[in-house]
Amino acid sequence: MQQPIVQYLDANSKMHGDANKVGLAQKDHRTIFTLMLKVRLFEERCMKLQRQGRIGFYIGAYGQEASHIASAYAFRKQDWIFPSYRELGVMLLRGISMQEIVNQIYGNSEDHTQGAQMPCHHSFRKANFVSISSPIATQIPQAVGMAMAAKYKGDKVIAGVYLGDGGTSEGDFHVAMNFAGVYQAPVVFIVENNQWAISCPAHEQTASDGFAIKAKAYGFEGLRVDGNDVLAVYEATKRAVEKARQGKGPTLIENVTYRLFSHSSSDDASRYQNKQEYEQALKCEPLIRYRNYLQEQGIWNEAWEKEISEDFKKEVDVAIKTAEKQPRPDPSTLFTHVYATSNPLLEEQQRLLQEELKERESWEEEGAFPL
Amino acid sequence: MATLNIVQAVNQALHHEMEQDENVILLGEDIGQKGGVFGCTEGLWQKFGANRVLNTPLAEAGIVGTAIGMALYGLRPVPEIQFMDFIYPAFDQIVSEAAKLRYRSGGEYQVPMVIRTPYGGGIKGGHYHSQSSEAYFCHTPGLKVVVPSTPADSKGLLISAIRDDDPVLFLEPKKIYRALKGEVPEGEFTVELGKANVAKPGKDISLIAWGAMVPVCLEAAKQCEAQKVDVEVIDLRTLVPLDVEAILASVAKTGRVVVVYEAPKTGGFGAEISALIAERAIEYLEAPIMRVAGFDTPFPYSLENVYIPDALRVMQAIKQVLHF
Ligand SMILES: Cc1ncc(C[n+]2csc(CCOP(=O)(O)OP(=O)(O)O)c2C)c(N)n1
Ligand SMILES: [Mg+2]
Repeated sequence: MQQPIVQYLDANSKMHGDANKVGLAQKDHRTIFTLMLKVRLFEERCMKLQRQGRIGFYIGAYGQEASHIASAYAFRKQDWIFPSYRELGVMLLRGISMQEIVNQIYGNSEDHTQGAQMPCHHSFRKANFVSISSPIATQIPQAVGMAMAAKYKGDKVIAGVYLGDGGTSEGDFHVAMNFAGVYQAPVVFIVENNQWAISCPAHEQTASDGFAIKAKAYGFEGLRVDGNDVLAVYEATKRAVEKARQGKGPTLIENVTYRLFSHSSSDDASRYQNKQEYEQALKCEPLIRYRNYLQEQGIWNEAWEKEISEDFKKEVDVAIKTAEKQPRPDPSTLFTHVYATSNPLLEEQQRLLQEELKERESWEEEGAFPL
Repeated sequence: MATLNIVQAVNQALHHEMEQDENVILLGEDIGQKGGVFGCTEGLWQKFGANRVLNTPLAEAGIVGTAIGMALYGLRPVPEIQFMDFIYPAFDQIVSEAAKLRYRSGGEYQVPMVIRTPYGGGIKGGHYHSQSSEAYFCHTPGLKVVVPSTPADSKGLLISAIRDDDPVLFLEPKKIYRALKGEVPEGEFTVELGKANVAKPGKDISLIAWGAMVPVCLEAAKQCEAQKVDVEVIDLRTLVPLDVEAILASVAKTGRVVVVYEAPKTGGFGAEISALIAERAIEYLEAPIMRVAGFDTPFPYSLENVYIPDALRVMQAIKQVLHF
């Protein structure tokens, strides 16, 4: 039997459930829609910047805006998020400014991590948004451990962890699931099943009927959700969040969605993706579906969207211009934050580098390095 | 002979070995229809089919662990790890299993497997797409470690590695994957494992390097020529087993050594080479052995150019050794 799917709004924005059960007020809808729109607009812009050679790399959430934003909206701000790398909207929801985001993408001297990582690998402790790592699935057991720690301390704080369909194949996913089940950790696993792990389709990633079902073997509940339906994503996540907060254990949520762009700016999906499948997926994309619903509800109108878009585009322009004026981080920052306190060898390396960089300027003037 | 880059040379070696021996099979993430994220496996899935080119789920422990099982049963698997930075989920399978099976079974079992993986910086890949962690693996008895620096060596060494009966970690210098082109013999062509190459002969000082640092050393050697310093560049090509003879011969000739590597300096494989020279050739040395290496910090994104050793940094060490 196929795993059932939680859905309120179908691809044609037809309502199939009881909107009251969802519990989103008008102002919530406005916030969620605005964030989805901003993520969409910003990421289109970033792909252009990448093509123009102004930034080195970009990886985005095109098609997954509902999946990550509506789910994050179900958490409280004191809850910790262990992100994957497609959750820009979570940071915006938690008050991170466009300037902070853009500085990281440029890796300039104003980036608070001093260009430590590639674009889109953010870290914002003030938003309880834990540093993003490239190695897939490493964040999952960490989220479980953090949730166990909160439980130990008696805090009403829970963990939300994002991962992809591909991430479920790593050992770290399975050990995390097992620990979460055994220790009844207050954690919500959010699998964004965007149907692809770079070029590997989800049906080649696993032989099971999707990903929600995997929770069963670890002794807790798994829900399959229409990940392009804001109402379904929010309602299902809210249930899981409340359950975790009441000490009733973990939940895995599979948001069924679709990656509507290549894996990243470095990939070309046309090499492996079926065009018809893509076009079909495009018809189910979340922003249009949500917009139609909100229009029907009298919450959305064109003028409102236009105003948000224009203001936001201006904000992004300013952020980019400001970021581009900043120099790259000072070479000395290479040595900060390696340890809590440095050590003599490291300090020596830093000093020697400083001397070398000074000398380099004079070599460059002389045109050749004097031996 | 055709002029190829390293990606094409690796691809040619894989084509050649898969044609020669049906026990050779490939497995890895995105190596199928996409042809690998760097294109090294391009056309192989189309030619040999999904039975021999396994586009696997996202799990390095799965890729290497199953490859070991296949090798035990007589296949010659060539797993690919997409970036060396992502090899760690498979670390246990490599260091505890692949490297130890022959020894612990009294020679009953062997693991003829080649793990190919791109390593090193130079593509603005930040911390997790840039590391050079060969030292962890060179510290693993039972495992061979090969690092080519030219297209011809990439083909010749890869074919030798596939035919070798021991597990081999084959590190591909991604910085020069496409940037470096060279003539590559067509068809059957092997380069013996465990043999260094004198990339440039010289008499005043020896630079010892591997992989992407070899062209950096050659550039430094070229710039030194103008100033009448004759630099020898030794390309190790294989780190385990190490060509001790070639190293000592060069040191005996020049009496001055700089070891150049991209990994963090402390505990890097260059330390092993320095110790070996100090133990066996101290009587030839006119100056201390110097190391030019990465800093003892994580590999940075924005400051990549500051981090990776370049010709000028190598020349600065040459200067110090010459004027000791
Ligand atoms: C351990 C590890 N192996 C391989 C990679 C290379 N890689 C980066 S993203 C990716 C696919 C991830 O797919 P999925 O988990 O479905 O996430 P998505 O990109 O679809 O959001 C791969 C293979 C990696 N980052 N880490
Ligand atoms: Mg995916």
